[in-house]
Amino acid sequence: MQRLKNIEELRNLRASLLEDIYRPGRNVVKVCCGLPCSTLGAHKVVKALEEEASKSGQRVSIVKTGCQGLCQKGPLIQIEPYGYFYQKVRPERAKDIVSATLSAGEPVREFVYRDSFLDETHKLTEEVPFYKKQMKIALRNMGNIDPFDIQHYIAVGGYRAVEKMFSSMDPEAVIEEVKKANLRGRGGAGFPAGVKWAHSKKSPSKVRLVIANGDEGDPGAFMDRSVMEGDPHSLLEGMLVCAYAIDARYGFIYVRHEYPLAIKTLKVAISQAEELGLLGKDILGSGFEFTIGIRQGAGAFVCGESTSLVASLEGERGFPRPRPPRLSETGGGAWGYPSNLNNIETYACVPPIIEKGADWFLGIGTEGSPGTKVFSLAGKVRNTGLVEVPMGITLREIVFDIGGGIIGDKKLKAVQTGGPSGGCIPGQFLDIPVDFDSLSKVGSIMGSGGMVVMDEDNCMVDIAKFFLSFTQAESCGKCPPCRVGTYQMLQILEKITSGMGEVGDIERLERLGIMVKRGSLCGLGQSAPNPVLTTIKYFREEYEEHIRDKYCRAKVCNLGGFVIDKEECILCGLCKQACAFDAVKETRRSFFIERDYCTRCKACYNACPVDAVKIIKPMYVRLETELKLPAERLKVIEMKSRMTLKDILESRPYEVITIHKDSTISDAVNLMSGKNVSGLFVVDKDNKLTDIFTERDIVRCVFNNIPYSETISNLTRRDITIFDPLTAVSTAISIASRKKIRHLPVVEGDRIIGMVTFRDLVSYMLPEISFMS
Amino acid sequence: MSATDVDVEKRIGEIGVILEAREKNRGVLIQTLHQIQEDNGYLPEDVLKKLSKSLNIALSEIYSVASFYKMFHFKPRGKKVVKVCLGTACYVRGSKKVLNALENEFKVKNGETTEDLAMTLETVGCVGCCGLAPVSTINEEVIGEIIGEKKMEKLVRSIKEE
Repeated sequence: MQRLKNIEELRNLRASLLEDIYRPGRNVVKVCCGLPCSTLGAHKVVKALEEEASKSGQRVSIVKTGCQGLCQKGPLIQIEPYGYFYQKVRPERAKDIVSATLSAGEPVREFVYRDSFLDETHKLTEEVPFYKKQMKIALRNMGNIDPFDIQHYIAVGGYRAVEKMFSSMDPEAVIEEVKKANLRGRGGAGFPAGVKWAHSKKSPSKVRLVIANGDEGDPGAFMDRSVMEGDPHSLLEGMLVCAYAIDARYGFIYVRHEYPLAIKTLKVAISQAEELGLLGKDILGSGFEFTIGIRQGAGAFVCGESTSLVASLEGERGFPRPRPPRLSETGGGAWGYPSNLNNIETYACVPPIIEKGADWFLGIGTEGSPGTKVFSLAGKVRNTGLVEVPMGITLREIVFDIGGGIIGDKKLKAVQTGGPSGGCIPGQFLDIPVDFDSLSKVGSIMGSGGMVVMDEDNCMVDIAKFFLSFTQAESCGKCPPCRVGTYQMLQILEKITSGMGEVGDIERLERLGIMVKRGSLCGLGQSAPNPVLTTIKYFREEYEEHIRDKYCRAKVCNLGGFVIDKEECILCGLCKQACAFDAVKETRRSFFIERDYCTRCKACYNACPVDAVKIIKPMYVRLETELKLPAERLKVIEMKSRMTLKDILESRPYEVITIHKDSTISDAVNLMSGKNVSGLFVVDKDNKLTDIFTERDIVRCVFNNIPYSETISNLTRRDITIFDPLTAVSTAISIASRKKIRHLPVVEGDRIIGMVTFRDLVSYMLPEISFMS
Repeated sequence: MSATDVDVEKRIGEIGVILEAREKNRGVLIQTLHQIQEDNGYLPEDVLKKLSKSLNIALSEIYSVASFYKMFHFKPRGKKVVKVCLGTACYVRGSKKVLNALENEFKVKNGETTEDLAMTLETVGCVGCCGLAPVSTINEEVIGEIIGEKKMEKLVRSIKEE
């Protein structure tokens, strides 16, 4: 490619390209080769299409584009000039696409989008509900051009902003335009980019830097990756505009190491731009000079924070630094030079603003937050993927119109925005407009643009735990509030979700969360408690349920009681097979779960094909509430439950009254009457227990006409039950009632300890008996 | 790449004009570590020592930086990194058995690498394939439902094959 010496040459190049690669009416097949589509086989589709096209002799250009958005339905293709949109394309049907669409202009019905089999089809891209409400500024070229070819970008109007800037605007005018457009930082905090630019420019220094933050660490967010992989030149152009405005000569793009394709694409883009003279020395004959270097991260989430990013750029540990000085001030940026750091998406929004003017941009979105925002829509929605919507659109429109509603038509519970730094917005706020201010009003943040939709099957405590465990692991460890605080919060959440929660844990979490927020040095710590605090704010009853009832209504946490519904059970036995702890027991007609063995691992719950395994609120009998007993009484009951026969005997003065076995019955009756007892130990001459003599024996004597002069040893003998002094009272009661005995001789070895009578047992039971009456 | 011939000027790019030598050496450190790891599979101590000399950065400082970032490893890693998922779903369906079997088969403990550097055995919290539990990954490839002798043998075979 020839180096462009001035603006005129760029214009000429564009015009000639439009004649060639972008001549209207040509057959163009745009195959999405973003990462998800590639995984689903987009490259095979490209190959098959190329083969079929060359076989049929058609003149078709096949363009491998960046992400087209509807990742779930990939591989996606768009066919020009008809505007057809195909989803879930299979390489073996490439022949049909060539023969039907490219030759005859007819759509291939199989690949045309429809919500379900019964719904009508949407042939054209604009008709597809997913794309209908979208408006693309940052992603304007996404899915439209080949990211590896600068000519494509120029042909669709790329570098026009640079053209306009060099021909008619001075740096102040550029800053004014961006300021007027009120472009707010797309990285999350929403600081106006124009103000930041002006600030960087004002800082006294000969050298200034432009840094693009592509360290997109939020789990589930991939907007920046899409821009870098699908439309790298819009980022380069945005950075060039910024550099011109603040008079910077050096630029850096900091990219995560996990995005190798983005790094490759950017490298190609930079070298092509340099070749054309759009980067480097004397850009387009203006005398302006700007170079861009790529720096890779190495797997540290905290490096997405601006000061850490600068530290990492300088080759240090990615520790955040105290502010001020801010990055835009002298001494704050990389190597002390004032640096203007913006998110990738922010830079991508700049060229259209310069090209079309601030007024055009202000016309989109809301008053406080003009423009559009890219979200990566994920979670329990039908259509997941990358969407760009004008600010001010409601959450309902995003979730239900673009996202196609909740999978399985379940009830929406919450929308999580802003990733691990953001918060959960409950269902009742579905109609709030999505912009920086309204989101922060409900306690969440716009964030980098992750949007996770959650339905009733998501446990909010678990979600909070998930995000906190992420930030806890990623905390760099520099400042204690973040390092220790997040760890402690996580411990409490672990406790709650594993059923060990205590009253007061929620308050502890709140207190800790506020302390971590206030005390932390950088944005990571300051926002780490957000998911916990917002879920507590809006879903406090779920936390309480976890703590009080040990129950998770979403059935996510391993809590609750597991039972098998015998009506629904089909006796397949899969639950028994799945249980690793033998808690599922089998009877002849049914299965049941033994609670003592159950570890609540949910293996049976997941194994059951008919959902007969139910998780219920466990029914704990709480004595204090059920019996309405005061706490001190409960203590007595608990103590009593541990009492033994020895304790009963020792609780009152007692004398062991024995009688020799050769004594007469009248002696025994006299002794009993004199001592006022109802039973005697009968012993031999060695004082060894042989029998007991009780009131019942007297009754028997009278009934059988046995004379009182008869010796005791001559009475009909029976086996007596002897009790050990350490027998629990409850055991003794049950034995006594089964054997129908009223006198319990307590003997330790050969030594007689005493006699526990029925009356003792009754008085032991008295509190319960009187309560029952 | 031998660490002694780091081309600092080339690596640092245009910005080098305004930086001091010390800053330049620092600025290329992370990129160079990436390069060393790419070439060796890990960061060998002797290479880091050489790097310390050639960049004139204390070895302790190099370790300080390298240990901060998750991507850098100090022990040689196997050609195949096998990760056994010990997430809840996998755990319940017996991934511990898979781990034990692999430990016995390759005579390594969790987190270690075989002597011939053929494989590294690691565990992972969850790979998000709970439906296929128990799951293991070999480099990027996911292998699911490792239940029973046959599947286990298949897993071992696919680890051993080149």
